[in-house]
Amino acid sequence: MRIIVSNSSSEPIYEQIASQIKGMIIKGELEEGDALPSIRGLAKDLQISVITTKRAYEELEKEGFIETMQGKGSFVAMQNKELMKEKKLKVIEEKLTEVVAESRLLGLEYKEVKEMLKILFEEE
Amino acid sequence: MLEIKNVSKNFEKFKLNDISFNLESGYIMGFIGPNGAGKSTTIKLIMNLLKKDSGEIKIFGKDHIDFEREVKNRIGFVYDESYFYEDLTINQMKNIIAPFYKNWDEKMFSKYIKDFNLDYTQKIKKLSKGMKMKFSLATALSHNADLIIMDEPTSGLDPIFRREILDILYSVIQDENKSIFFSTHITTDLEKVADYITFINNGEIVFSKSKDEVLESYGVVKGGKDLLDGDTRKEFIGIRETNVGFEGLAENPQRLKKIFGSEILIERPTLEDIMIYSVRR
Repeated sequence: MRIIVSNSSSEPIYEQIASQIKGMIIKGELEEGDALPSIRGLAKDLQISVITTKRAYEELEKEGFIETMQGKGSFVAMQNKELMKEKKLKVIEEKLTEVVAESRLLGLEYKEVKEMLKILFEEE
Repeated sequence: MLEIKNVSKNFEKFKLNDISFNLESGYIMGFIGPNGAGKSTTIKLIMNLLKKDSGEIKIFGKDHIDFEREVKNRIGFVYDESYFYEDLTINQMKNIIAPFYKNWDEKMFSKYIKDFNLDYTQKIKKLSKGMKMKFSLATALSHNADLIIMDEPTSGLDPIFRREILDILYSVIQDENKSIFFSTHITTDLEKVADYITFINNGEIVFSKSKDEVLESYGVVKGGKDLLDGDTRKEFIGIRETNVGFEGLAENPQRLKKIFGSEILIERPTLEDIMIYSVRR
């Protein structure tokens, strides 16, 4: 398992952790029933506060990605793959909506944004 | 675990004014503030090294004076100034301290002495500041304390050992029944490890909140000076102006984003930013 957090990112650390674990679950790197690191152990490993990892896990729990059993730890919950993909698509759609809005503010045309997107895709 | 309620203490030239905060078990609280803000006074009041004028202090749910012996047995205390007898060796000093604690763990102590590269036969007065701190830490951690209280444990220590201390603190709170309360003015240490931040200034608590909440509710705003006028100035807790622009700390910076749009830059603050701008005010 690999989790890397950036202290200089504008994305809050708990979100970085949650989205990376989510990504692993969606890609199938983590499977149903797999154990996650303990909240306190992960805080120690990442040198962040317990509250932050706790919040990341709470977020994942709320969205149904993981389950926490008192005294046993947290595990990957049973997933509905289709539903998950849909959720992910919805996130992308929301982000693109933001891009469109910002582009309009700047007076950018679809063609220019498309070109930008193309370059970003090819960079990867 | 640690409850401070409406505690006040008056000195001739300084007043600790009606301070309150709580620390739950399983968490680390950093206690920050400039020199002379009242950090050490608060810790001395908690440890009953100073008598409070009014208010209530409860540790493990018990009054810290009525149950002083019991409570102190479960506290690991690390103090800024060395309170050891300078002429004794580490081993002699340990033999004096150990019997005071019901749950003294000799094995644990010798493990820390080894980990910290300390020598039992060395006299306390021959120890460097860092080594004294290590010794102090070793005794605080060797009697199964549930609450570790430290006054400026990292001041005067090099970054390498400071990082080692943070690792030790993480090890302590792997047990969710333990808590750590420590004062510091080196806020970068806290930025990593602390769950809660209590900020004291001029003898008053400015806030006591989770660190994430603190860092999310403030922003450092940068922009051109033309944006500052009587109204916009009021949005800032503190502003630093230069010939080429301004930089200020604001609460709820997203609102400013709405007003100024792309004319301003908003960055995540550090605890140091928050401390400095709040004090400068």
